[in-house]
Amino acid sequence: MGKVDSRLGDILQRYESDLLEDWVKKQLGVVTSRPDLMTEAELRNESTRFLKLLRDATQAGNLTDINASGWTPLRDMLTALSASRARQGFSPLETAMFIFSFKEPLFQRMRQESRDVETLANDVWSATVLLDKLGLLTTETYQKYREEVIVRQQQELLELSTPVVQLWQGILALPVIGTLDSARTQIVMQNLLQKIVETGSAIAIIDITGVPVVDTLVAQHLLKTVSAARLMGADCIISGIRPQIAQTIVHLGVELGNIVTKATLADAFAVAIQRTGLAVTPAPSRAR
Amino acid sequence: MERIPILKMGDCLLVSIQVDMHDRLAITLQEELTDRIVAARARGVLIDISMLDVVDSFIGRMLGNIASMAKILDADTVVVGMRPSVAITLVELGLSLQGVRTALNVEKGMDLLRGSMEDVSEGQDAGTPA
Repeated sequence: MGKVDSRLGDILQRYESDLLEDWVKKQLGVVTSRPDLMTEAELRNESTRFLKLLRDATQAGNLTDINASGWTPLRDMLTALSASRARQGFSPLETAMFIFSFKEPLFQRMRQESRDVETLANDVWSATVLLDKLGLLTTETYQKYREEVIVRQQQELLELSTPVVQLWQGILALPVIGTLDSARTQIVMQNLLQKIVETGSAIAIIDITGVPVVDTLVAQHLLKTVSAARLMGADCIISGIRPQIAQTIVHLGVELGNIVTKATLADAFAVAIQRTGLAVTPAPSRAR
Repeated sequence: MERIPILKMGDCLLVSIQVDMHDRLAITLQEELTDRIVAARARGVLIDISMLDVVDSFIGRMLGNIASMAKILDADTVVVGMRPSVAITLVELGLSLQGVRTALNVEKGMDLLRGSMEDVSEGQDAGTPA
């Protein structure tokens, strides 16, 4: 194995500039190249760095375990590269092709170098295993970066989707849109309680017209929110209960306790107005 | 020894907790408060916890106990000024302080106490023979 290892290193060292030329040409030629996102100079720059780090790594030691310490600089470089490509809008395929397109020029050099078939096959095999690992590393990193983006967007969505609005002096409304899960309930609760403190409201209307399903868990979350608001000294009214949801709640045996529930937000608002000691009267007809 | 002042205002007692509650202090408060309710013939107790950052399960339970004891001594209890984070913690702990009445601030708490005292006194007036 030691002999095979050194050969890849040798080839990389001896033909570094030739390999670079062939490789860059190859990368620019394939369909997955993106001249709109990256200039040739940038590509050449990255390729040069990759080659140099690969050479260092192959000379430092083993070719089989890319998690070894000798490979750290190369791994770091690839991680940074995938992340930046993911940000720039490359697809995972285009990102991985950066590594995989290196195979052809490398194998060509290997063919020129070796005389007998056996060593060539060995060389190609060890090189291909290595490059596959590196290629998969870029894909994995790419994926990880994308997942981070998704998580961040979820977070932003959470914060955006739970507005607390003031309907009247002392009356808040919280229209809940979408499914209520634990994370969301937490944010809804925090927003609502914060707003109760800020506005000094005594009544909060939680409107669940936009909640598609109410199961036992969602009901429990709603009850929690109501209890927390009560602890702060504000009463909650739950409104916007659709017929199907009323049926589900009863079938599931969910106990809503003594929480006031109303079918529509308008009804809930009427109750809230009444409780704050106000009344809605028609305006006196204007003299014409 | 650290103590929490209990102020008398009309027939109400006012307790404002301004220091970190620890268990010993809570027990002391409970004892003193029950004594004062009887001594002052108080009809209402208002506990302001707006300064409390942390309320653990013990303090939460103690607030509930104080309310129940006051009820036995014929006084209504209102807990006011609970912070949002405290409310969330208590709910997560499963303590919703069922027997305790709550209000947003001292002003609303006093209104609540006065309202309930008027209700009761009206009821008594109605009950007394002319």
